[in-house]
Amino acid sequence: MSSHSSPALSTSGKLWDGGNEPFGASYGKLMMWFFLLSDAFTFSALLLAYAALRFSSLSWPVPDDVFAAVPFIHGHFPLVFVGIMTFILIMSSVTMVLAVEAGHRGARNEVVKWMFWTILGGIAFLGCQAWEWSHLHHDGAWWGSNPFVNADGTPGQVNFTNLFFTITGFHGFHVFSGVVINIIVTIMTMAGVFDRRGTYETIEKIGLYWHFVDLVWVFVFTFFYLI
Amino acid sequence: MSGEHSNSFDIRGIWRVFWVLFAITAVEFVIALAIPEAFMAKPIKNAIYIALTLLKAFYIVAYFMHLKFEKINLIYSILLPTIFVLGVIAALMYESDYWFTLR
Repeated sequence: MSSHSSPALSTSGKLWDGGNEPFGASYGKLMMWFFLLSDAFTFSALLLAYAALRFSSLSWPVPDDVFAAVPFIHGHFPLVFVGIMTFILIMSSVTMVLAVEAGHRGARNEVVKWMFWTILGGIAFLGCQAWEWSHLHHDGAWWGSNPFVNADGTPGQVNFTNLFFTITGFHGFHVFSGVVINIIVTIMTMAGVFDRRGTYETIEKIGLYWHFVDLVWVFVFTFFYLI
Repeated sequence: MSGEHSNSFDIRGIWRVFWVLFAITAVEFVIALAIPEAFMAKPIKNAIYIALTLLKAFYIVAYFMHLKFEKINLIYSILLPTIFVLGVIAALMYESDYWFTLR
């Protein structure tokens, strides 16, 4: 590394000789993408474990019977509450893109406004998840305990609740981290850090993370609640 | 750097992607709640769910995460490694008979 020194920012036009960005993205953005790729493998492993355990079981609890409760309303409403949660997360992804878009224009107040809505969406999602967890816990579901019967009437396996709490918990932890980082970058925006830096790329990087959280939820929603 | 991005991030386009995602999710709900399984068998429903999920994933990654507008190098270096996930799926399916008889 020290044996040769390349001239800084040569404009040779060659792609791999240094002095340019072959990926057309900054170091931080590229590393965020690779981190998200590795995180995608983690979630893939969890969901594939779910699929393998579920389809090697003779029977499995029916999602429409397990996830059929809505706060403040009594009755059987399959998919309604999780539908609200999905809507909240997609909505907060939209406000995040709008924050990134405002960042490209350097419109500080707009970035703060859209980041505020994104954070609110994240907190609302976490609140919904907390309600769902406490509701299921109240029914006797937790790691190592499954009160729900299988579709064929046999006692449910603990694999079901173990996987549910592990995977939605891991996803919820990502949402929580996202909300914390969103709050930090919003404070940095309000303090004018990105104006001084001359770029709002940090918003773009945390935006990638936030969309990834939404992306994972799309898969969790399908595999846990629909299939 | 903002110059090369400004064309792909328009506010109307963002909302259009939102409505696409919203519509796909609505279709999933209709299939799950309104269509009886006597009319559409569960394996067919599951195949449709997975196809629609991958479609949603495409819209989120391509437009919200902006991958469609990055350089081709970056697109390939993110998309190609997901082949490993398909590899695990293939391995699990190959082993599935053994898993099933083991239990």
